[in-house]
Amino acid sequence: MPDDSIILRFEDVSLQFDTTVALDHVSFDMHPGQTYVVFGAAGSGKTMLLKVAVGLVRPNSGRVWLFGEEITKLREQDLFDMRARVGILFQEGGLFDSLTVAENVAYPLTNQRVLHETFAGGSSNGKGAARSVEERVRESLRFVELEQTLDKFPDELSGGMRRRVGIARAVVSEPALLLYDSPTAGLDPITANTIVALILKERDLRNTATIMVTHRYQDGHLMANFRYNPNSGQVERAGGGGDVSQVSTKFLVMNEGRLVFEGTEPELQASQDPYVRKFLRVGGA
Amino acid sequence: MLNLLKPPIEAFQEFVLLSIRAVRNIFRSPHYADDIFIQMDVIGVGSLFIVSLIGLFSGIVMALQMARALTQYGAQGQVGSIVAITLVRELGPVLTAVLVAGRNASGIASELGSMKVTEQIDAMRALGTDPVQKLVTPRLIALATVLPLLTIISDFIGLIGGYFIASGMLGLTFSEYWTTAWQALEYNDLFQGLLKPFVFAVIIALVGCFYGMRTSGGTQGVGRATTSAVVSSSVWIFVLTAFITYVWNRAFARQ
Repeated sequence: MPDDSIILRFEDVSLQFDTTVALDHVSFDMHPGQTYVVFGAAGSGKTMLLKVAVGLVRPNSGRVWLFGEEITKLREQDLFDMRARVGILFQEGGLFDSLTVAENVAYPLTNQRVLHETFAGGSSNGKGAARSVEERVRESLRFVELEQTLDKFPDELSGGMRRRVGIARAVVSEPALLLYDSPTAGLDPITANTIVALILKERDLRNTATIMVTHRYQDGHLMANFRYNPNSGQVERAGGGGDVSQVSTKFLVMNEGRLVFEGTEPELQASQDPYVRKFLRVGGA
Repeated sequence: MLNLLKPPIEAFQEFVLLSIRAVRNIFRSPHYADDIFIQMDVIGVGSLFIVSLIGLFSGIVMALQMARALTQYGAQGQVGSIVAITLVRELGPVLTAVLVAGRNASGIASELGSMKVTEQIDAMRALGTDPVQKLVTPRLIALATVLPLLTIISDFIGLIGGYFIASGMLGLTFSEYWTTAWQALEYNDLFQGLLKPFVFAVIIALVGCFYGMRTSGGTQGVGRATTSAVVSSSVWIFVLTAFITYVWNRAFARQ
C-alpha cells in the first residue's frame, strides 16, 4: 500500500495482446500537483498507459493504485465511481456524436452515479440542481472559449474545437487527476499551442495533477517551462531561479512498452540514449 | 480442434455475461428513464406503421389461402377461426419480431458499433457510466415492453385484413367472421402469443447490443456487426418459436 501522497502508482505493470507487448514492466509514482509528460513513438504503449491508469484495460500482471486504492483488484462496477474523480481527453475527443456540445459537457454531471444524486436525482430541489448543471456547463465551455457552441453537434465543429469541448467535458466535474491522450495530434501548430495553453490554464488554476501523452517535444517543453498567470490571463514563462513548475514536471519516454527514461527536462536534454535523443531532434524541428 | 472451438465458446460466454449484467442492471440504480422512453419511441412508434402493414397483408394472405382450401370442404365459415389461431399463435409474433429484428437489431448494432469504433464506449466508461446500464438495459426494457404491444396491434390488424377477404370474397357477415374468430381463441393461445414476442424482444435487444459492443475494425466492422445481428437474431426467432411451440404443445396437449 503506497502512502497517501501518491495519487497514481504503477508497480511492475505488464500488458500484452496476443503477440504485441503494450506495456513491459512499467513502474512509476505520481504525486498531487505533479505534471507528467509521456513521449513515445506510435505504438509504444502511451495510450495503453492511460487506459490502464483508469482501469479501462486490465494489465496481465502488476498492480496499479489510483487515489490510494488498488484498482487492479476492483470490479468494473466499483471502478465507475473511481473514474468520476479522473478527467480524460481522448485522442479524437471521444465526444458523443448524438448529443449536443452542452449535453456532452453536462454528461459527467448528469450520468455519473456519484454526481447523479447531487445533480439529477435530487428530488427536493430538482429545479435548482438542473440550473446548477447548466451553469457549470457554461462555465466549463467559457473556460475553453466555446460558449457560443452550446447547441451545436460535435460533427459541426472543427478538430481543434472538438478537442476543446473534450477538455471542457474532462474538467467540468473538477477532477483531481487529468489525463490527455495526444491532445495536439493532427492539429496545426497554432491550434496545438492553444490546446496546450488550455491544459496549462486548468493545471495552474486548480493545481490538478496532469498526465499528457504526446509525440511533440514542444508540448512537453511548454508544460515544463510555462505557467498560466491568472492576473494577466496569459501563459507566461515560469520565473527563473526557484522555478517550481520545472521541478514538478517529469518526463517519461516509452519505447515498445518499456519505460526507457524518467526525469526532468534538463536530464532529458542531457540523455545520451539514441531513442530519447531522436525525440528531442524530431520535436525541435 | 480446440483452437477452432475457442472463439465461438468465448463469444457465447461473453454473450451470457452481457445478458446477466443487462438483466441485473434492471434492479440497480441509476435508472436511465429518458433513454428507455427514447428507445420505446424509436422502436415502438417507429415500427408501428410497417408492423401494421405487414399484419394487414398477412391476415389477407391467410384468409385468401384458407378460403380456397375451406371452400372445397364447404367450411368457408371457419375462415375467421383459422386466421385468428394462426395469427395469434404464430404468424403475428414471428413476423413482427423478424421485422423488428431487421429494423432494430441492425439499428442497435450499428449505433453501438459506431460508438465502439469511435471510442465513445470507452469514453462512457472513462466518464464513470456503465455502458451496459446506459445503453443495453434501456434497449432491453424498451423492446420487451413494446414488442408484445406491437404484436397485439399486428394480430388485430391482421384479423381485420382477414375480415376484408371473408366479407368481400366469401360473403361472410361481420358477426359470422368475428364470432368464429373470437371463439377459436383460448387463453392458452393468447398466453403463447404474448410469451413469444417477449422472448423474441429479449433476443433482439441482447443480440443487437452484443454484436454492437464487440465491434472492431472500423466502418467495415460496423457493417459486419449489423449483418451478424440481423442474421442471428432472425435465426434465433425461428429456432425459439419452434421450441416454445413444442414445449407448449407438450404441456397443454389436450387437443
